Amino acid sequence: MRVRTSAAALIAALAAVSLLTLTYGQIALPLADTLGALMGTQSTDLARQIVLEIRLPRVAAAIIAGGALGMAGVLMQALFRNPVADAWSLGLLAGGQFGVALTVTAAAFAGPAAVSFLTIFEGPSITLAAAAGVAVAAVFMLALGRRVGAITLLVIGLMLGFTSQGLTSVLLHFAARAGGRVYGGWQDASFAAIAPASLPWLLAPIVIGAAAAVATAKPLSSLLLGETYARSLGVRVTSLRHAVLAATVLLVAPVVAFCGPVSFVGLIAPHFARALAGTARILPLLPLAALGGALLAVAGDAIVHAPWEQHFLHLNNILAILGAPVVILILIFSPAVRQWR
Amino acid sequence: MLDLKSLAVGYRSAGGPLLSGIEVSAEAGDFICILGRNGSGKSTLMRTIAGLQPSLGGAARLGGEDVASMRPATRARRIAVMLTERAFNPGLRVEDVVALARQPFTGWEGRLGDADRAAIADAVAVMGIEPFLRRYFNSLSDGERQRVMIARALAQTPRLMILDEITAFLDLPSRVEIMALLRSHAKAKGQVILLSSHDLDLSLQLADSVWLLDGAGGFSAGTPDALSRSGAVGRAFDTGAIRFSPSEGRFEIGTSGSA
Repeated sequence: MRVRTSAAALIAALAAVSLLTLTYGQIALPLADTLGALMGTQSTDLARQIVLEIRLPRVAAAIIAGGALGMAGVLMQALFRNPVADAWSLGLLAGGQFGVALTVTAAAFAGPAAVSFLTIFEGPSITLAAAAGVAVAAVFMLALGRRVGAITLLVIGLMLGFTSQGLTSVLLHFAARAGGRVYGGWQDASFAAIAPASLPWLLAPIVIGAAAAVATAKPLSSLLLGETYARSLGVRVTSLRHAVLAATVLLVAPVVAFCGPVSFVGLIAPHFARALAGTARILPLLPLAALGGALLAVAGDAIVHAPWEQHFLHLNNILAILGAPVVILILIFSPAVRQWR
Repeated sequence: MLDLKSLAVGYRSAGGPLLSGIEVSAEAGDFICILGRNGSGKSTLMRTIAGLQPSLGGAARLGGEDVASMRPATRARRIAVMLTERAFNPGLRVEDVVALARQPFTGWEGRLGDADRAAIADAVAVMGIEPFLRRYFNSLSDGERQRVMIARALAQTPRLMILDEITAFLDLPSRVEIMALLRSHAKAKGQVILLSSHDLDLSLQLADSVWLLDGAGGFSAGTPDALSRSGAVGRAFDTGAIRFSPSEGRFEIGTSGSA
């Protein structure tokens, strides 16, 4: 009941913010024209073009990516048993970026053929490269997570994130000099860079990842009690870990590949979901965290693309302003975190 | 119902089993206390019987089935454990912890049915934990936490319950209450309960039978009376400073000579 009410409220808020952000930009559109363009009913050609070709892909990317990060956050916080775990904070996004940068650089040095191959198969190839980077980072952090405490892991994750982002920009610099067409501007998170044709490449792995997340939800809930209790409840812990890792990679890699390192969304959304659901069981958290993540991502994007005098905001700036204080509050006040201090 | 057939337990790497050749049986309704000093292998034995650790030889059979070769899901319906390992669970509320016990019985969603709810309500009532169902598990005191974890094991409605030092953080009246309650629970539900404890007096008074580990690889089983009289309890626990008196059924601080 609580879950359904919360989900309905989140969907309403998400629809409202999405619609609002479709109406404004460099050209303000009346709500009626925006709706008309969406519905395929009467509207102006200009409105149709702006809404459907420019703004809708951006908003759709924000919803899909935000939802994926929210679900991945739920999975990671349960898998690592760490309330501040998420794909960004533990360096998985940076790992994915590094994977992409390595691939692009390798192609640039391999020659024009490799570069044009990458360009033609841009969607699958950079998603795969990102997936490899995300997976390596995730496996490493999981191994490390068994040795160090939650907060230490967070700090290490952030540091590794900085390191691989630094390496990524160095690599991309060399790749650019070697003649590769390089994903400029992608080092910052943004939902605006995605081409409408790439949306299916963003969506497909995330849908599979979400299905995998739902399928692992029940055994993952018992892992909250610890490995031995989970085993005593009939869970095959090793295969569960692998399945959850795979789901996380599927959810996160396309986001890195097409939207860059979107910060804070995956970390915060699970906490909102838990507060709304009143439980830590995984299954009810997944839809709420997906909706909450999508809402946060769209709201951040809406602020970035508000009709400012000039375009000066970056998505991660907004997400940091919205998100970092929440994380600080979680660290200070959450009863779930208190034991780690 | 529970039969150990020349069971050997321990760690492969540690050079030989801690205990071997254990032959003992328990009937439905038996309340069994496992006694022994620290390091005598109580936890290892219990984990092996629970199927959480491979045996080094022999088998533990529950209702004729080898525990080690049961499917994990089947085993989870038959055996509940409570371990000294501290459950460490961010964001879980007490009601979630108890409800997780029903996972082996629910579908892929983990949705609770009427039977599940009834089992949970039963366990909650037996352990008297209604007042803190909505609290975070991590915010409980050690004693409260132990009551919740016992309720969780009860809610799993197993045939065999394996409880490792579950009363360590409870005061004496609570220990007596919980041990007596578990004993009558075993009788009422026809379960076997294996419980390890450092509470010798209480165990010797309440157990149907006692499994005694002497710390040197020796295992003996019998009624509390028989083990006290045969001197087995004394052999397992006597030191220079304390001595078990079979006639009194309790320990005496060594006054004669040794002190």
